[in-house]
Amino acid sequence: MTLALAVDIGLALLVLAVAGWTIAVRDTFAAVIGFVAYGLLLALVWVRLAAPDVALTEAAVGSGLTGLLLLSASARLRHAKTSAAPPGPVLQWAAGALCILIAAGLAALVLLLPDPAPTLAPAAVAHLPATGLGNPVTGVLMVYRAIDTFLESVVLLPALLGVWSLASEGDWGGAPILRHPRPDGALTLMAQVLPPLGIIVGVYLCWNSADHPGGAFQGGAVLAAMWVLALLAGLVDAPPIRQRGLRVLLVAGAAVLLAVGLAGIGLAGAFLAYPEHYSKPLILAIEMALVLSIAVALALLVAGPPVRTPS
Amino acid sequence: MISTTTLFGLSSAVLIGLGLFGMIVDPQPLRKILAFNLLGGGVFLLFGVIARRGAGAGLGGDPVPQALVITGLVVAFAATALAVALLLRLFQATGQTALDEAPPPAPSVDP
Amino acid sequence: MSFVLDLFTMGAVLAGALFFLAGTVGLLRFPDPLTRLHALTKADNLGLGLIVIGLLPQVAWPLGAFKLIAIWLMALFAATTISQLMARAARDGEPVR
Repeated sequence: MTLALAVDIGLALLVLAVAGWTIAVRDTFAAVIGFVAYGLLLALVWVRLAAPDVALTEAAVGSGLTGLLLLSASARLRHAKTSAAPPGPVLQWAAGALCILIAAGLAALVLLLPDPAPTLAPAAVAHLPATGLGNPVTGVLMVYRAIDTFLESVVLLPALLGVWSLASEGDWGGAPILRHPRPDGALTLMAQVLPPLGIIVGVYLCWNSADHPGGAFQGGAVLAAMWVLALLAGLVDAPPIRQRGLRVLLVAGAAVLLAVGLAGIGLAGAFLAYPEHYSKPLILAIEMALVLSIAVALALLVAGPPVRTPS
Repeated sequence: MISTTTLFGLSSAVLIGLGLFGMIVDPQPLRKILAFNLLGGGVFLLFGVIARRGAGAGLGGDPVPQALVITGLVVAFAATALAVALLLRLFQATGQTALDEAPPPAPSVDP
Repeated sequence: MSFVLDLFTMGAVLAGALFFLAGTVGLLRFPDPLTRLHALTKADNLGLGLIVIGLLPQVAWPLGAFKLIAIWLMALFAATTISQLMARAARDGEPVR
């Protein structure tokens, strides 16, 4: 057994143990902490699977932002009484058997995967030079499967509209409030010192993604985290959701992507095709618009529905 | 000898089973959301294993499933945010978080 | 020369890992939130610092080294803030688990 494999086995056991504990532990707050640890361990697994782009996303979105969301929800629901009892032993055993069956089926599939594995890597690499990009994952996201990225940047908006629509009567158009119950010196200091660095990191992740791991989603998540930090410390207030600038910012990414895509019909012969020699600057322009929209959308998804009556 | 991809592939199968079990068995909605995300992590990991097996052409993995997982992670976050917002609104409106019981007869009127 | 540097890396990373181990044992064994915080932040920061110092000879100078040191400083800063927040919550009698 090689040393790397030993590390992998240890990592896999750790992930499974933390996941099992997260499901089994009684206290919801503890379960959320377990989930954050689970996400960070998964990010390490992604590194071991040679997917640094996914590792960054998992750490920033899957563990960080989702963890914050669940953490604040568990704090607000701390005093909620659960009137529902856990299901009886028969149902629990049945569910356990079902889940074991599904896991076993999936495990069998993993063991029976075709060899050699089908792959699109050669095809992705073959056309990468034409795009001017060096990172194949960015190539897939922004060129080969740009339609997916477009739809995804759009899907954040209905999710946000769904969250906003849960506002109480009369609060529509107001501002969401996301603030630590008692922000104090340490949190304030952090919210003052970290955002300048975090903004650099977020923009770097996005700008650098043409050739290195990163992208609009990872950079956007870091930017969103910086805004959320300032909101939590009470240094800034969230803008009212009826504010026009905010709404423009939210749709900017999808709008720029759509505009470039439509221009591609005339200039390059297909929707979302880039004119030759202009693909890299166009992709960077799209990513810069996307990173802002994604950052705002992610932060507002964490902040929740508006609660302040518009004045 | 077991390979890294097989190891993490089997782990992803167990994670999916664990997440599904938590989703079915735990009565608290927030724990169901959490288990759903845990399950999602397992599904994404399975994608990552398949991507890793498709390594070639000088790449460590097939970039197509990797890119799909990146979009999937962000969509899963958006869905989670919506679910959490629904749950908090339910708690705010009815004072409880149970899914299977009828809400109290007089729902609170928002001020 | 590179052999000496490799030895230095191994020694420093191993020492860092030991500090992580000590911090984790303290986290699990100490009786109340404040002492647990003490174990966690002190030992982990020192552990991470030793690992970063150990890795410095192995990365490209200066950008890689700069990134490593930046990570260390960020982690120090985050740990300091979080431990302040948790300690205050513990002092004020909120349930810290």
